[in-house]
Amino acid sequence: MDNIGIVSYGAYIPRLRIKSSEIAKVWGKDPATITSGLGIIEKSVPALDQDVATISVEAARNAIARCGIKPQEIGAIYVGSESHPYAVKPTGTIVGEAIGATPNLMVADYEFACKAGTAAIQTCLALVKSNIIKYGLAIGSDTSQASPGDALEYAASAGGAGFVIGKEKVIATINETCSFTTDTPDFWRREGRKYPAHGGRFTGSPAYFRHITECSKKLMDRVGTKPEDYNYVVFHQPNGKFPTRVAGILGFTPEQVKQGLLCPIIGNTYSGASMLGLASVLDVAKPKDRIFVTSYGSGAGSDSFDITVTEQINELQKNNAPLVSQLIANKEYVDYATYTKYRDLLYWE
Amino acid sequence: MRDVAIIGIGVTKFGELWDKSFRNLIAEAGAKAILDSGISGNDIDALYIGSMSAGRFVGQEHVGALVADSSGFTHLHIPSTRVEGACASGGLAFRQAYMSVASSMHDIVVVGGIEKMTDVVESEATNILAMGLDQEMESFFGVTFPGVYAMIATKHMYDYKTTREQIAQVAVKNHANGALNPNAQFKKELPLERVLKAPLIASPLGMLDCSPLSDGAAAVVICAADIAKKYTQKPVKIIGSGQASDMFPVHGRENICTFQSTVHAAKKAYKQANIEPKDIDLAEVHDCFTIAEILAIEDLGFVNKGEGGKAIENKITTLDGSLPVNTSGGLKAKGHPIGATGISQIAEIVMQLRGQADKRQVKDAKIGLAHNVGGSGATCVVHILEAM
Repeated sequence: MDNIGIVSYGAYIPRLRIKSSEIAKVWGKDPATITSGLGIIEKSVPALDQDVATISVEAARNAIARCGIKPQEIGAIYVGSESHPYAVKPTGTIVGEAIGATPNLMVADYEFACKAGTAAIQTCLALVKSNIIKYGLAIGSDTSQASPGDALEYAASAGGAGFVIGKEKVIATINETCSFTTDTPDFWRREGRKYPAHGGRFTGSPAYFRHITECSKKLMDRVGTKPEDYNYVVFHQPNGKFPTRVAGILGFTPEQVKQGLLCPIIGNTYSGASMLGLASVLDVAKPKDRIFVTSYGSGAGSDSFDITVTEQINELQKNNAPLVSQLIANKEYVDYATYTKYRDLLYWE
Repeated sequence: MRDVAIIGIGVTKFGELWDKSFRNLIAEAGAKAILDSGISGNDIDALYIGSMSAGRFVGQEHVGALVADSSGFTHLHIPSTRVEGACASGGLAFRQAYMSVASSMHDIVVVGGIEKMTDVVESEATNILAMGLDQEMESFFGVTFPGVYAMIATKHMYDYKTTREQIAQVAVKNHANGALNPNAQFKKELPLERVLKAPLIASPLGMLDCSPLSDGAAAVVICAADIAKKYTQKPVKIIGSGQASDMFPVHGRENICTFQSTVHAAKKAYKQANIEPKDIDLAEVHDCFTIAEILAIEDLGFVNKGEGGKAIENKITTLDGSLPVNTSGGLKAKGHPIGATGISQIAEIVMQLRGQADKRQVKDAKIGLAHNVGGSGATCVVHILEAM
């Protein structure tokens, strides 16, 4: 896949935050134990007027603003999420209309738990490679749900990132990608249910760790690289601990993980998680930097990417849109009561 | 009635064994026990299996024949019987097997115990376990096992001045032992502070006062004592077996801090063995909750009623104490796959009496006791074993 890859990228994280200690207090848990146990200090919270459509539009607009391509040149938009506002009716059409990419456009919404966004990147890569489209826009975004009192409540947050994939003005070449997929029911949400269910510790070794390690090893075998060949590594981040642990298993160092690890300060943005991690790395990456990304989606599968940053990154108008660090810094805290209002946890008739 | 000996033991790892099914686990334990015993499959006259709720945990009943078939004994057409008595299922299966050999009905019997508990979510597992309580008088009103044992703990603290720290020390001790048991679910030591600070389950019991949900299986091979040396150099004789029952729900009992089933089962076992509690070198007792171990050492006669907490505090029951209790880590640290528990207790005692318990070996262990409780004490079975 010579010189096909990321042309631009944009991120979005809602401004509101809630601290893990605030949630722990409500449920009678020890705040210090929860915060250090999960490695999550605070998470982003979508406001009443924010959903996957608005987050995706923000991310898409930020991506377009940086590279200056004409929206009409975008031939496909795929939005990966597990919290699409509509069960039937795509989010992608809203994004397409909002950025002016309609109507000569392929659109579909994806769902693969937390890895639907990276699956969208793979689809766009294939369409660009086969010359069916010039540019594709792959988005991963979520306003993830958590049952009140569930362990997921400390992590499930909101945010997203969009990547323009093409052959021209590529700022980071995607050298290779592969996936590792099995039917492993570690986390799910049944049709019509408001909150997801999960298999507790089953979401660990047979699910997250197995899929990420297998997929990552497969890609490095295929490309012929070793962990030390990479400047940065991004893994899916359901909590603050798993990414560093899986990095250690594979032979990556905490330093390689650091720039792409956002979960401790924004929570798990699900379909946005590894995408935002990659966006954060691209914010600081220099030409020739090598980046390794492996996402994870429950159910279950992983997508791995071997990426090399090009000289073109110096031409990208990064300041036309907020950096991930700026989105993180722009914050306002809410208490649990406000959180219940924003997350539609209150019941009234 | 003739003497009966244990000639082989087999235990699987206990824990969240997602890659092992019900039938994998029991076949593994059975195969290990048979290999350990030196018998061949054709020597087996009968099988007994303890399992509390295979139906609710894995959707499978009729597990007697299933175990015989999946263990490769289809062609033998031997009797295979499942025994159920809530958490005492394993101990009861062992007793049935023992009686069948003691009565000369059979010569060589394999008895296993199993539970595969992690295929259901935790709340469902709690509901399934609560079926071991009185549905009409207890569970219906919302009480679960932690609730019952929490009431017992509260009363014990009130009546006998047992302290929260003494109760928590049971978990500390059992985790220290579990750390030495390669098959234990939790092989980590646990500081007292962590037990005391763990999330509350039912006051005063916290998360770390409770035994876990576990998958696992255990099996032993028993035979008539007079042929035991044909198979092994270190047979272990069953010198006492007692089983008793008590008022089913807890609330009607004269003193909820005494399990009369334990008192009576132990009395019968001691009488048959012709020994007294002081003759016991080590014991595996049913610590489904920390407070349950305190009750057990009192009801088994190791200490006077009300002095269990003090005994724990004075470290009488630690590995190097005068009466080591739950050297395996107990239900708390080793894990508690319900049906397997009673059999794994027997396996631990056998290991100790053979001198094969490695880092957790009790010096000069000659006589050991296994105590397995069903429900909140409505059933109890006690076995006393002696090195031959």
